[in-house]
Formats: sequence, structure tokens, C-alpha cells
Amino acid sequence: MSGKGMNLTLQIWRQKDANDKGKMVDYKVTDISEHMSFLEMMDVLNEQLVNSGEEPVAFDHDCREGICGMCSMYINGEAHGPDRGITTCQLHMRMFNDGDTITIEPFRAAAFPVIKDLVVDRMAFERIQQAGGFISVNTSGNTQDANSLPISKHAADEAMDAATCIGCGACVATCKNSSAMLFVGAKVSQYALLPQGQVEAADRVKNMVAQMDLEGFGNCTNTGACEIECPKGISLDNIARMNREFMAANIKG
Amino acid sequence: MSGILNSSIGRKIAMALSALFLIFFLIIHLAVNITSLFSADLFNELSHFMGTNPLVQFALQPVLVLGVIFHFIMGFVLEIKNKKAVGNISYKRNNGAANSSWMSRNMIYSGIAILAFLILHFIDFWVPEMNHKYIEVLPEDPTRYFGELQHKFVPIWRVAAYVVAFIFLSLHLMHGFTSSLQSMGVSAIRKKFYKNFGLVYSIVIPLGFIIIALFHHFNH
Ligand code: HEM
Ligand code: SF4
Ligand code: FES
Repeated sequence: MSGKGMNLTLQIWRQKDANDKGKMVDYKVTDISEHMSFLEMMDVLNEQLVNSGEEPVAFDHDCREGICGMCSMYINGEAHGPDRGITTCQLHMRMFNDGDTITIEPFRAAAFPVIKDLVVDRMAFERIQQAGGFISVNTSGNTQDANSLPISKHAADEAMDAATCIGCGACVATCKNSSAMLFVGAKVSQYALLPQGQVEAADRVKNMVAQMDLEGFGNCTNTGACEIECPKGISLDNIARMNREFMAANIKG
Repeated sequence: MSGILNSSIGRKIAMALSALFLIFFLIIHLAVNITSLFSADLFNELSHFMGTNPLVQFALQPVLVLGVIFHFIMGFVLEIKNKKAVGNISYKRNNGAANSSWMSRNMIYSGIAILAFLILHFIDFWVPEMNHKYIEVLPEDPTRYFGELQHKFVPIWRVAAYVVAFIFLSLHLMHGFTSSLQSMGVSAIRKKFYKNFGLVYSIVIPLGFIIIALFHHFNH
């Protein structure tokens, strides 16, 4: 197969640990098949590095099928690279050309500190979720029959759409303000749209927004970049809905 | 009030409210000024009313001044907070144009251009007005406004400054119009109706002011 694939220059952010200053380092990979996924290309690079006794590039990944949200990479100036509606593991090398120089950086935000190389700490999302992204129900055997609570098709669809957020953080990484409002908007909406979410609705939005602010995420300017880069196509409607929920919660006191 | 301003969404709502007030104000301002294109008398009459009516002078005008000041101070506060949220290290390569408009990414710069203009505008019209009314306490002359307006637009540099400023205002509003609605909870950013309405507003209003400045430069 030699000679048929692409030869690429990779400019990758290398950072030993959280305290290291870090810098971009150039690497060459050769004979990369256009059918490879981006992470497979990274595997090729890492094998090369290991074989030559160098430290492989640390990057997050898990499912490699677009559902876990781990594979955070900022590729050629875009979260998850140049394709739409995908995660990095779903990005294919056919999006690139022979001879290309590809820049690969970690997701950047003060609230997403770099742990090593391309790996960032996204626990801030976890803490926002814990602040209110749940419903308190008794599940000890006497759960209600699901059909006893009628839900309109429209509301159910919108709640399901919001619930497809995988917490990848691309919205934050791509936002010029490092705002997490698309993520939080999705998590708030998912419950706000359903009757089960009503009881704790006001506390939920207040607590989740308060935690979001505490984590140091920025203020939304409505650029809409998050929606474009979101692998799950989470709609900006969710941010507007969160704003409404927030106003309603504060007016009620 | 300060509680609301401690929250990111609260700040956005306050920002949007001040912006929507300015959007409304611009319509009134243009409506008054446009009369100067066809009737010096009507323009004088309206200006005199605006300049002497106590409701306008002591209720609307302070709200306007405070609204503008709040808006730009909050604009700077948000800019500083957002820079902090981004952190010290920025992307080596960032393709903002791939996912957002230039206008939406540069509200602070179009805003600063408008602020520079507003300072000039205050020196041009507001300072002489205050001087006339409260400092030198000159005799009331309900027909002076049109002449003052015409006189202002004689120098080409001022006309040029106004034209440039209104182009920046147009850019500011091209994003700002739908953005302020979105902040208020209306899902406006991607909706055709709001987008088109916002686009028409952000072109027609600044263009109106530009035409007025050019008209008086060439007809005096
Ligand atoms: C005085 C100078 C001004 C400065 C420094 C300024 C600055 C800004 C900034 C930085 C933003 C973005 C805030 C954010 O969402 O992050 C903004 C938004 C906005 N500005 Fe201005 N601005 C100025 C004047 C004006 C004027 C005269 C108008 C006239 C109508 C206006 C209308 C708007 C609108 C509609 C928004 C969108 C509000 C939102 O997103 O909720 N601005 N301004
Ligand atoms: S909203 Fe989209 S981009 Fe943001 S965390 Fe969820 S899936 Fe990722
Ligand atoms: S590795 Fe799970 S989404 Fe990419």
C-alpha cells in the first residue's frame, strides 16, 4: 500500500502536564489512507512515536462512534475539525488532501484546563449537571406507569433532541467567550419540556446557571458558532428557552 | 437588580433591554431628523418640542443617557469577563468565519466605533444645546435648530465621520437586533422573519441618517 496514501504535516500541541507551558510541535505522517478516521491517523502517529522512543500524544477517546463525547480536538481552527454534525472520531481523513498541514490543539477555555497534550479536564460540566440536571423521584419499586402522563409529540421530540447532547464541550471550545450556554441550555430544556421536570424547574435553572458562572464560563453573545460546531445539532432554541426559564424562575422569586 | 447582574444570563438580559431601548430610540430620532429633508419648519417645531417638553427633557432624556452609558459599560464588562473565561492561551489557528458572522464576533469593535462617534455627536449637538439653555441662557428661538443642523454638515470631515460611524452602527445592529431578542428568550437568531426584519432595520435606519448628513452637506 505504500505511496498511495496522503503525506501530512501535523502541528500538535504538546504539554507534559497541567503546569507545563506547552508548545506546538511538528510531526510528519506518511501513507495515510483516506478511509481512516482522524483518531486512527493519530494512532498511526503514536505508534511511530512509540517505536522511535518518544512520548505518544495523549488524547481523550472512548467509544469511537460519536456517542461518548470524549474525543475533544480543535482541528484546523474548528472543534472536531472541518466537517459538520460529527465528533473527532467520526471525522474522516478524506476531508484532507495530500500535503496538508493540520493543526491539532486541545479544547481551550479557562474552565477546561489542559491535563496533558490534548487532554482537558471537563469535570466542570459534571458539576453543572450535578447542580440540577436530574429529577428527584422515588424509584423504589412503585414507579408510575409512563403512559399515565400524556406528553405532546412536539414536546417529546424537542426534549429528546435536547437530550442527545453528549457533553463533549465543543460548544465551549468553539465559543469566542467560552460560554457553556448551549450545553446548559440543552440540559435545562430536556427537563423543562417534560411534566416530570416541572417540580424542580425553577431551582434547576437557577442552580445550573449559578454553577456554570462559578466554573468561569463566559457570557453568550449569540454568535451561534456552538450550534454549527455541535456534533448533535443542539439548537440555539435551547439557549432561548433557558433564558425564558431563568427569567420565569427569577420573577417567581 | 445587582443580584440579576451577578448572573451571566441576567447581564445578557440587562444588555438586551438597554439595546432594545436604543433600537426604539433610533426610530424616533430618525423620524424627527428626516423631516429636515423636506420641511425646515416641521423640523424646527419637532426639535423645539423635544428640547422643551418636560416629559422628554426630564424623563426620556435621562433614561436615554443612562441607557447608553449602561450599554457601553456593560459591553466592556462582558468583554473583560469573556476574555477571562477564554483564558491566557488562545488557539494558534482559529477559523471563526467557519461558524459565525464577522459582526457577531466583533460587537466590541463596532461598539467602540459608535462610542467614538457618540462623543463627537455629544460635542456637536448636546453641549451647545446645554450651553444655550442652561449656561449662557440665551433667548429661546424656536427656529434656530434647522440652521444649526445645516451648519454642522458643511465640513466634509464631519460628514465622512458620520457616514463611517453609521456603517459601524449598521454592522453592530446586523448582529445586535436578533441577538437582543434571543437574549430576551425569543428564538430569533435562525428565524427568517426576525433575521429579515433585523436586516432591514439595520440597513434602513443607518442609511437614513447617512442620507440626511449628505443631503445637508450638498444643500446649504
Ligand atoms: C456606545 C457605544 C456602544 C458600545 C461600546 C457597544 C457595545 C456592545 C457590545 C460589546 C455588545 C455585545 C455584548 C454581548 O452580547 O457580548 C453590544 C450589543 C448590542 N448593542 Fe451595542 N454598543 C454601543 C452602542 C450601541 C448603540 C447606539 C446601539 C443602537 C441601537 C446598540 C445596539 C446593540 C444591540 C441591539 C446589541 C445586542 C444585545 C444583545 O446581544 O442582547 N449598541 N453592544
Ligand atoms: S451542546 Fe453539543 S457541542 Fe455542546 S456539549 Fe452538548 S453535544 Fe457537545
Ligand atoms: S470517542 Fe466517543 S464520541 Fe468520539
